[in-house]
Amino acid sequence: MAMQPQLNTRAHVDEVKGPDGSPVSVLRFTGDITSTSRDVVFGAYQQVPAATRKLVFDFSKMEYMNSSGIALIIELLMAANKSDRSVQSYGLSPHFQKVFTMVGLNKYTSLHPDEATACAAFAD
Amino acid sequence: MVQDITSAVELRLPSKLGFEKVAMQTASGVARLMGFPDDRIEDLKTAVAEACINAIEHGNRFDERLSIGIVLSMEDGKLEVKILDSGSGLHKKIHPPDIDRKMHGEEQARGMGMFLMQALVDEAEWTQTPHGGNCVRLMIRLDKEEE
Repeated sequence: MAMQPQLNTRAHVDEVKGPDGSPVSVLRFTGDITSTSRDVVFGAYQQVPAATRKLVFDFSKMEYMNSSGIALIIELLMAANKSDRSVQSYGLSPHFQKVFTMVGLNKYTSLHPDEATACAAFAD
Repeated sequence: MVQDITSAVELRLPSKLGFEKVAMQTASGVARLMGFPDDRIEDLKTAVAEACINAIEHGNRFDERLSIGIVLSMEDGKLEVKILDSGSGLHKKIHPPDIDRKMHGEEQARGMGMFLMQALVDEAEWTQTPHGGNCVRLMIRLDKEEE
């Protein structure tokens, strides 16, 4: 049987409190974000509570992302926008911070060094 | 650090997504041997990955009977990576992604690979091979870090 590369994407949602005590949903990515990650990534996004308005993307355990993965993040941001959700991001390596900035993604999600800073960045 | 050498490393990879990581790790290893700094190695890895993915998807159209070729050549402080497939040519115009149009659904979310390749390395060139396949040539220079 031909060898198939393993799907190496995991994602889940945690509920945390912002510095003002307001609820924040954190979508945590682990492993790869590529074209094969769609079901896992959007499956996790569907777990975000409907009432959530403050959403954080945690990339601190993301190992590899290609341009198809960046496109998935764009689609997630589109979905968040449609639901009137604000998105902050943290945990990107310096390289992927540069890539996000090159493609303009930082216009739609600010990039932060850690979760506390990301959670504190939401405008009330 | 290896300096002033003329040498090449060659790979053949299956036309399956995921195998671009093998090319990335090989390019990373060679660049590290040559003394490239970490940030330039990360740039090269992403550019090589995008070139391999294009070769697999658009060049060889996921045809598992076809492989993609990777040739890494080291010479005088330059690392050149050629990615070869059996496709008939991908002649898309390269333009910076318009994130506003993408976010408003006016252009596809995908389609940033060639832009990233061109933006992340010192030279990127798309040509046809004498046998009719595609060749992407990526090159990084050691002296770029001093600019």
